[in-house]
Amino acid sequence: MRVARLESEIDFDGWRTAARALRAEGVRPEAVVWTVERELFDQGLFPPHEGEGKAFGVPAAFVELARTVILHRSPERFALLYRILHRLERQPRLLDNPADTDVAKARDMAKGVGRAIHKMHAFVRFRRVEDVAPETPREQYVAWFEPAHRVTEAAAPFFARRFANMNWSILTPDACVHWDRAMLTMSAGADPADAPSQDAQEEMWRTYYASIFNPARLNPAMMKQEMPRRYWRNLPEAALIPDLIEKAQSRTETMVAAQPAKPSERVLKAALKHARGSYGEGNLTNLEEVAAGIQVCRRCDLWRDATQGVPGLGPARAALMIVGEQPGDQEDLQGVPFVGPAGQLLDRAMAQAGAPRDRVFVTNAVKHFKHEPRGKRRLHKTPDRGEVQACRWWLDAERRLVRPKVILALGATAVQAVFGKALPIGKTRGQRQALDGGELALVSWHPSFMLRIPDRDAKDRAYAELVTDLKQAWKLAG
Amino acid sequence: MAVLDLKRKLAILSDAAKYDASCASSGAEKRNSLGGKGVGSTEGMGICHAYAPDGRCISLLKILLTNFCIYDCAYCVNRVSSNVARARFSVKEVVDLTLNFYKRNYIEGLFLSSGVIRTGDYTMDEMVRVARSLRLDHDFRGYIHLKLIPEASPELAAEAGLYADRVSINVELPRDESLAVLAPEKDAAGIKKAMGRMRLHIEDRNEPVKAGRARPRRFASGQSTQLIVGADGARDGDILARSAALYGSYQLKRVYYSAFSPIPDGSARLPLSRPPLVREHRLYQADWLMRFYGFGQGEIVAPGEDLDLAVDPKTAWALRHRGDFPVDVNTADRETLLRTPGLGARGVDRILQARAQTRLTLDDVKRVCGSVKRAKPFIVTADWTPGAATDAEGLRAALVAPQQLSLF
Repeated sequence: MRVARLESEIDFDGWRTAARALRAEGVRPEAVVWTVERELFDQGLFPPHEGEGKAFGVPAAFVELARTVILHRSPERFALLYRILHRLERQPRLLDNPADTDVAKARDMAKGVGRAIHKMHAFVRFRRVEDVAPETPREQYVAWFEPAHRVTEAAAPFFARRFANMNWSILTPDACVHWDRAMLTMSAGADPADAPSQDAQEEMWRTYYASIFNPARLNPAMMKQEMPRRYWRNLPEAALIPDLIEKAQSRTETMVAAQPAKPSERVLKAALKHARGSYGEGNLTNLEEVAAGIQVCRRCDLWRDATQGVPGLGPARAALMIVGEQPGDQEDLQGVPFVGPAGQLLDRAMAQAGAPRDRVFVTNAVKHFKHEPRGKRRLHKTPDRGEVQACRWWLDAERRLVRPKVILALGATAVQAVFGKALPIGKTRGQRQALDGGELALVSWHPSFMLRIPDRDAKDRAYAELVTDLKQAWKLAG
Repeated sequence: MAVLDLKRKLAILSDAAKYDASCASSGAEKRNSLGGKGVGSTEGMGICHAYAPDGRCISLLKILLTNFCIYDCAYCVNRVSSNVARARFSVKEVVDLTLNFYKRNYIEGLFLSSGVIRTGDYTMDEMVRVARSLRLDHDFRGYIHLKLIPEASPELAAEAGLYADRVSINVELPRDESLAVLAPEKDAAGIKKAMGRMRLHIEDRNEPVKAGRARPRRFASGQSTQLIVGADGARDGDILARSAALYGSYQLKRVYYSAFSPIPDGSARLPLSRPPLVREHRLYQADWLMRFYGFGQGEIVAPGEDLDLAVDPKTAWALRHRGDFPVDVNTADRETLLRTPGLGARGVDRILQARAQTRLTLDDVKRVCGSVKRAKPFIVTADWTPGAATDAEGLRAALVAPQQLSLF
């Protein structure tokens, strides 16, 4: 039997030196006793043969795991780690098998240590102490804490990052850590009496804790799972828990029995005045009224998942009106037509055709964005006939008020809305057609069609045709 | 009017804030107070500093600036027609409370909301002053979440985002029509527009910076919202469809579901029956499936229908698709495993890792997943096959949770 003695309960370097030598020597895990006791085992102390045997490597992940596991309070941790180290010789990929009993146990311990660090970050409660030297005023905070595992040193850097400009100490039974706004230092374990017993803010904190709790949702099991009882002793708010739980039932019953209250007449009258959702159909006299009407339109269901209706934009009396399909993602967010990728393409084509955007009325056949959520994106969906039909009411109002000489319909949906029927764009583009309202109409490709064509040549051809059609439309509009 | 002491104000204004489900303090950009003048850090993951007896975590000082409100939303305890005690904090009082609590390690930061007083702009401006003072006067580097007032001007909302890590606007009711009935002064369209503007602001900030240009100032890294469940007649399918649309439209980090809870001095316009807490729990599970497990909203529950309260939504889905089961944990692909009841994302990763070395037995699966109780009827391992159990008529009954949470 071999005895390996370590300097302290968290002496990782000592464990590593001993384990390295033991394994090099080929000592089996069952043949080692690990201890930090000084008086016991005064013979057979390790390491007798340091540096002998052949060198070996271990995965970096094992060193990380061992550093964490050694902070666990379980007495078997040293032996478990050595057993894994020993097994790594024959099974270099052992750690990659989370189903292995030893690996699973070590990971469980590491998880417990991680949780203890996390709970220390969460449950340390600082108390402010009065300045010992009033001539150099500074804020000094001290906490008493009892961590589930030996994690004081491991948990300390977090507090240094968070409270960099305060002087603080955390005292625990295992070790104490101090921060002087520049450096972390450790000292031996302390006693609860060494820490201040109260803080003026604790009464406020307890008030907050009691008030933020909703008695109608009492669920103490859930609370205990996340805030285990072992920590309660040092949490100033935990003393309130039994009373809060006990009174929850009656508080809820009182609340429920007391309602409903009768709302005041004054308030209801005011509420009625604010009722929304109506617009005066038929008597729209300007584009502002159309825009306002579109915002509250319920003629089809597209308003429900859209951000807002997107009315046309341009001079109130424009000679050329361009009609697209429907707003896209960006148009929906900004409330402006043709500002997304297709809009940028249209801008480019208009500039090339010599048709200034600010002298053209640009609008869409359908005013709300039709889409389908796909994770964090919205997929464009083509509006159906019913939706185009419902929204024609708004397009007609825009046509009636703007009175354009020429209407350029881009894409099948716009054609449907402008002509009231479908036309093949490939065959009819370039041909001017008279509409019932007296306007001339042309059809062309929708810019988003070009964005979707994979074939480079076809894309360039469609774009060139759009520019030609824009040129002709602008010329006809005179 | 009697002057209230600070403790009484804190009691009133935190009591009034407890119906907001959001408590998250994660997802902020990482920073610390080293090299600064003040306190505070955010490390990506938020920390729950305490838990209330209702099982909910306390990570932030969650308070209202005031619970005076000019609106009359039926589900809200602070509506103008309610007879609750009223109070109002000064900007300095909120700043001091936040710093005092933070320095004692009680909290991760501040979650500030408010009733609407005078106008939306006036109220929003007061809230922005709190955040500005914390950031600029005190170099506070902890977490700040501001609740936006939808009627406030876009400029104020943008300034709020300069100081806050997270902003949110509560949609409140899953159906816009119910908002008109229960919250007559609230404007669903206005809320959506404000969320749309915020998404554009956040995306602007995340644009890559051109070489030689200064990085734009800090801006909120995300927005979230809350839906109240059970105050109107919306079914779970409608609620999840609304969530899916909100996630897609505004890039929300989270949608919170808050089971409508009895409030002191409730309104006669509210329904008499209240939803069981488990309904809220099932909605969170379903939301999780949409965000992390690749489920489409339509696969979980159809609009107009409710989730099964007795079993979790993934199990309910599996029970409807028994033909796809059992799956062999030693051969099935990741997507299939993720759709298996009882196997979580981390468990699936470990299964994939372990099976590269060994053929997994039921005990192995138990070790990497914690439990196989729910998974057992749906999986095949090296030493286990459920046989006819996957198709057994009594399977659903066997999987039903032993007890339900109830609101009372």
